[in-house]
Amino acid sequence: MTTETALSYPGPTPTATGEPPIVRGLLIALALAFLTLFLFVPLAFVFYEGLKKGFGVYLAAIAEPDALDAIKLTLLTAAIAVPLNLIFGVAAAWSIAKFSFRGKNLLITLIDLPFSVSPVIAGLVYVLIFGLQGWFGPGLREHDLKIIFAVPGIVLATTFVTFPFVARELIPLMQAQGTEQEEAATVLGAGGWQTFWRITLPNVKWGLLYGVILCNARAMGEFGAVSVVSGHIRGATNTLPLQVEILYNEYQFAAAFAVASLLALLALVTLALKFAVERRAHAQQLFPEIHR
Amino acid sequence: MSIELHGIVKRFGSFTAVDNVDLHIETGELLALLGPSGSGKTSLLRIISGLEAPDAGSVSFHGEDATDTHARDRQVGFVFQHYALFGHLTIFENVAFGLRVRPRRQRLPEQEIAKKVMTLLELVQLDWLSDRYPHQLSGGQRQRIALARALAVEPRVLLLDEPFGALDARVRQELRRWLRRLHDDVHVTSVFVTHDQEEALEVADRVVVMNHGRIEQIGAPADVYDHPATPFVFEFLGHVNRLPSDAANGGNAFARPHDIAVDRAPADAALAARFVHGSAIGPVARLEFALEPSAQTVNVELPRERYRELSLRPGDMAYLTPTRLHQFAAPA
Repeated sequence: MTTETALSYPGPTPTATGEPPIVRGLLIALALAFLTLFLFVPLAFVFYEGLKKGFGVYLAAIAEPDALDAIKLTLLTAAIAVPLNLIFGVAAAWSIAKFSFRGKNLLITLIDLPFSVSPVIAGLVYVLIFGLQGWFGPGLREHDLKIIFAVPGIVLATTFVTFPFVARELIPLMQAQGTEQEEAATVLGAGGWQTFWRITLPNVKWGLLYGVILCNARAMGEFGAVSVVSGHIRGATNTLPLQVEILYNEYQFAAAFAVASLLALLALVTLALKFAVERRAHAQQLFPEIHR
Repeated sequence: MSIELHGIVKRFGSFTAVDNVDLHIETGELLALLGPSGSGKTSLLRIISGLEAPDAGSVSFHGEDATDTHARDRQVGFVFQHYALFGHLTIFENVAFGLRVRPRRQRLPEQEIAKKVMTLLELVQLDWLSDRYPHQLSGGQRQRIALARALAVEPRVLLLDEPFGALDARVRQELRRWLRRLHDDVHVTSVFVTHDQEEALEVADRVVVMNHGRIEQIGAPADVYDHPATPFVFEFLGHVNRLPSDAANGGNAFARPHDIAVDRAPADAALAARFVHGSAIGPVARLEFALEPSAQTVNVELPRERYRELSLRPGDMAYLTPTRLHQFAAPA
């Protein structure tokens, strides 16, 4: 019997959940085919279309003033939205994981809201609040403040859409770690800030970095919510994704794909960073003594 | 430093964890809080440390009220059940932590911190591990590092929560003797929580037996073992047999397995019982009897030689005489 088993399961020691090679092969092939069709081909196509008319045209499309403005605005938006969500995420995760209070579950659900609401709706909500016909519209106009169809609106919409990333990453991590180390630090005489900087933050730094990377990628790539509040004013309220759309609608395919390739590049860098951070966090094995 | 607890009450929702506890802890003693899980012993320890605030009552250190003093200002050393070592810091930095977070004016110069940390690591015999990380250490080593870290701040009192709970039996035996010796050297007032009566009786100067948030008895280990104040203490501190007693006093009679004599021949006031099973491993033989006619189980421990002498076989009749019987008045 043993020899028969060994014959039908070549390779490493067969386990109870091991499948015959043909099944395994099929599953792997299926996954790869799916990835190729929906991921690698489109990604390669972006770069191919962008570079089709030569490297000169590619560079010119990116160096074009409107495109440069879009890059600047995208960077500015991310530079505001990501730190805001970093602070919010740490504060929310800290309070959820380390204290018990009424309405905690509600808070967790609310943090997830941007994931469950269509970004277009998120954008619309801000138009309804801050737009000319909105709640604060008249008041804002009196003081000559523009939020909708201006940079503040874009930052607001982006911040809304990206706020779950850091918090979502940290909450389970902090919950798993519990409060024992913080208690130990307190009894040893550390104050609140000292405990946070010396114990809590170092313990979650990889999870935090991971959340920030994902948050940044989304902040730069967000289309729907930003599209609603931006007003598509060239050189003023266009982010990279909006710029791509405009160029594409104007049949400037090479330029559209050139700009799009920047976003694709961002995705690749994000992926590489994510991979590096995961490996680092894994290799360190920071908390093998967690029991609960 | 002496500690005085007065009228301590702690509730979690509708559950009363600590129910009006008064306790005096002497300077320099090693006290055990012993009880089953949920008896309030850990809550009491955390209230002493300041990690938990009592709902009522007061805590004073050396006659000075400390009820509203924050945990960070109480100068207590706390050793957590799962050690709570800082995983991202080396062993050296773990022990140095309490010295480094002091306000700048009170902080020691770097060389003195280093000297102090190394002295402590030598005290717990782990100075050779100073640049390792906690996850590279065994459970027993982590435990000793947690102790060194707690001692680094020169605590006025040392509190230990189930200090040996997460260790295997052999390491546990070793460590508790080591803790006893360490306490004799350092002589800091210490309180430890345990659910293991053997541990409490072996290590502590005094034992506080707790149940349902109340103190059942306080006394030296030999006292509480030999003169238990309540049936709970008697049953919790070792194996025990509940024996039928005279209807007159209406209470229960208890006898430890090693306080029962066994004979083949009937004697006055002896209980008739049928031999069920026996095993003789080590110096002590453990025997099981069923009383006649109730069939109630009685466990007996005899010296191995006596067991051989009796040469009982399952089903044989024997007569049991308690040599020491404890009786408690029936609760009113």
